[in-house]
Amino acid sequence: MNVNLQFLALTVLKIVAVLAYVYALLWVMGRSSRLVKVLGIVAAFAIVQIALTVKVGKSPILNTFDVGLLFQACTMTMVALGLNLIYGFNGQFSLGQWGFYGIGAYTAADITFRWVNRDARGLLVAGVGVALGGLLIWAINRFLRRYRGVPVLSAFTIYLISVIIAGAAAVFFGNALQPALAPLFGTKEAPGILASPAVLQVVFVLAALIAGAFAAGVSFLFGLPVLTLGSDYFGIATLGFTIVVNTLMVNSDTILPFPEMKGGRGMIGIPKLTTWFWAFFFMVLVIIIMRNLVYSSTGRAVLSVREDETAAKAMGIDVAAYKLLAFVVGSFFAGIGGAVYAHYIGFLSPGTFSFLVGFNPLIIVVFGGLGSMTGTVAASFGWIFFLEGLLRVLLSQLGTEAPTWRFVLYPLALLMLMLLRPQGLLGSVEWGFLRAPRILSRPRPAASTAPAPAGK
Amino acid sequence: MHQAADLRTTSLATRRAGARLAWIGQGFLLLVALFAIYTLGRNLVNNPVLFAQIVVSGLQLGFVYALIALGYTMVYGIVRLINFAHGDVFMVGAFVSYYAVARFRLHQWPAAVFPGLPAGVVILIGSLTVMALSMIVCTIMAVTIERVAYKPLREAPRIAALITAIGVSFFLEFFGALNFVFSPRFIPYERPFDVVTWYIKDGIHRVTEGQAPPAGSVTFSNILLFIILASILVQAVLQFVVHRTKLGKAMRATAFDKQAARLMGINVDRVISFTFAIGAAFAGLGGVLYAIAYSSIWTQLGILPGLKAFVAAVLGGIGSIPGAFVGALIMGQAEALTMGYISTPMRDAVAFTILILVLLVRPTGIFGEPEREKA
Repeated sequence: MNVNLQFLALTVLKIVAVLAYVYALLWVMGRSSRLVKVLGIVAAFAIVQIALTVKVGKSPILNTFDVGLLFQACTMTMVALGLNLIYGFNGQFSLGQWGFYGIGAYTAADITFRWVNRDARGLLVAGVGVALGGLLIWAINRFLRRYRGVPVLSAFTIYLISVIIAGAAAVFFGNALQPALAPLFGTKEAPGILASPAVLQVVFVLAALIAGAFAAGVSFLFGLPVLTLGSDYFGIATLGFTIVVNTLMVNSDTILPFPEMKGGRGMIGIPKLTTWFWAFFFMVLVIIIMRNLVYSSTGRAVLSVREDETAAKAMGIDVAAYKLLAFVVGSFFAGIGGAVYAHYIGFLSPGTFSFLVGFNPLIIVVFGGLGSMTGTVAASFGWIFFLEGLLRVLLSQLGTEAPTWRFVLYPLALLMLMLLRPQGLLGSVEWGFLRAPRILSRPRPAASTAPAPAGK
Repeated sequence: MHQAADLRTTSLATRRAGARLAWIGQGFLLLVALFAIYTLGRNLVNNPVLFAQIVVSGLQLGFVYALIALGYTMVYGIVRLINFAHGDVFMVGAFVSYYAVARFRLHQWPAAVFPGLPAGVVILIGSLTVMALSMIVCTIMAVTIERVAYKPLREAPRIAALITAIGVSFFLEFFGALNFVFSPRFIPYERPFDVVTWYIKDGIHRVTEGQAPPAGSVTFSNILLFIILASILVQAVLQFVVHRTKLGKAMRATAFDKQAARLMGINVDRVISFTFAIGAAFAGLGGVLYAIAYSSIWTQLGILPGLKAFVAAVLGGIGSIPGAFVGALIMGQAEALTMGYISTPMRDAVAFTILILVLLVRPTGIFGEPEREKA
């Protein structure tokens, strides 16, 4: 037995520290004073940033391995929060988040990859396509509201045609504008204004948002027909979605017209733009959006769909629309997570997005507790640091079959959890910021004696 | 939120009936169907031999799916659980037969015990023994899984059981991938009997070994015949069991209403175990036949056939045994035609596309009965 005890102790310490960090972050975000809130977030960011830069001896306090774990935990938090919104809060058993994660990763990577190779078409086509497609979907959605009970297939057909038109227009637009922008990139010797690092940062943020929006758009088109299927079939269909997306990734240079993605060999040369700032920024953004959504009237409607569809319908809640809303928002989070991941790792291979790996967010959500945002965030960090940081290293010290043993232990843990504590480790406990705002439990001003109308 | 503005412009009463827009979706479906028929028809006319060959390979695939789909449809019909581990039971069946044949030479036992037997009888009895062994191992495994993992969760939310099923499936795949269990690699499968291929051109002729069949002929092998025979036999046995025996009656009663069945003195737990057992036995048989037909096995072999067989069961109407059979045949053809005429990687995509389309148009599947409202 050559297990390194010092390493073991250190990793356990790290896991505790990370969980304490998450708790502190959520606690400080939940303070009522805005100043404290902002200062706390900045401090939380700064602590890690300092640990990244200040060197003790030769290496910084947080080495590259730990930073990698932190970034992965941030990404996983985004994906898992999205899944928790869909599955935990809305009750739709989705196995497709990994597919949207992959779509986000590849989209964002393609945009920045093309940009650093002096090709603006990635950004232009994706940006215009997403904007135009979103606009069309919004307009059609408004138009279809004039009708009662439009058949899903008809709505889907209309949306599909409009999205195809938007895509074609975006491609045309991008190709038309590229010659005008090309000179601004300059040459390798004399980089133009568009090749400057500052612009690249902006492009990265845009790419991440576009990737999220693109994933959301795909999830809208996919979810519209599929969400009507009912829970089990929905699960299978979304699993199929992940498999199909993975197949397309493997053949991205043959079936899809993206030679730079290099199919099954994996996409290399993605600029590594994810810094701790961006990972932290996007994670906090996702947490804030998620929390505010869940405790809004929309969130209550989403929750009511999970509790009882029939009762929700009777209260005048458009069940189908709220299912779709949760699915789209959750996929948006997954897409952003994918973008952050792609620019952290710098290399995308279809194997990363295989559906077997895609069960990880589900396991995290189940471990953390369905419908518990805190549980998801904590479980994401704990999961990554425990399994990637501790178990993988320990097992690889023990023998050569490490990856396989990990996958033998996951399902056993999952089984034990399901049999012993099906509500997840944290149940429905929420910490600090993620706790329900107190204003909800206060009695409403007595405007009428009738009970308050259902939030909508 | 937006509802308020919405209600101002168009109140519910003034909204027009959306059913008026149904033609758009129907037209879309019609276009897709016409396009598919046109593509198939054109290919059929251009090269009927190739088309027939593809159909034959689709038959082989479809009958294997049928064997797996039966287990899915029966289990789902009774406990409303997508038994994710079913595909892995199928995998275990293939591996058991591999060890029986390649390591222990079980298919040769009649020759060792009765040296005078003709070769044909030896191979037949030997192969059947290997299959029986796989079926028995799979049955024991499935019943154990059901007892350990699913039974404690029978009253829990259905999704908990589903997650457990996923966990069991993962466990079987990766536990099997450990070196001391099976192997993480692809293993070339050793067949218990030799492949004999025939070709159809001016009558049926046997392909002599080492020679390609003449151009413009459709080939098929004894494996295809065996798969079809086994599949039909299993179907017949199952029909008999479900419709003619007391146990089958109990199964149908349990599927219809578990509580009422229990009140009628049916041992529901035993019926459920039996359902798992019978499904697993067929999956084990399917695993052996699949491995013989495609001659390469690894521990994740069962995932995709399992999923596709589930889709086939849904397509035919979940809970219906003839439905699973017909659905599996359709799936096999769809997959083979996609491989032949669109592209090989899209074979997985077509299965799920069909699932979505079928559920949209006919949510209960081809043979399914409209489901009663249940909590």
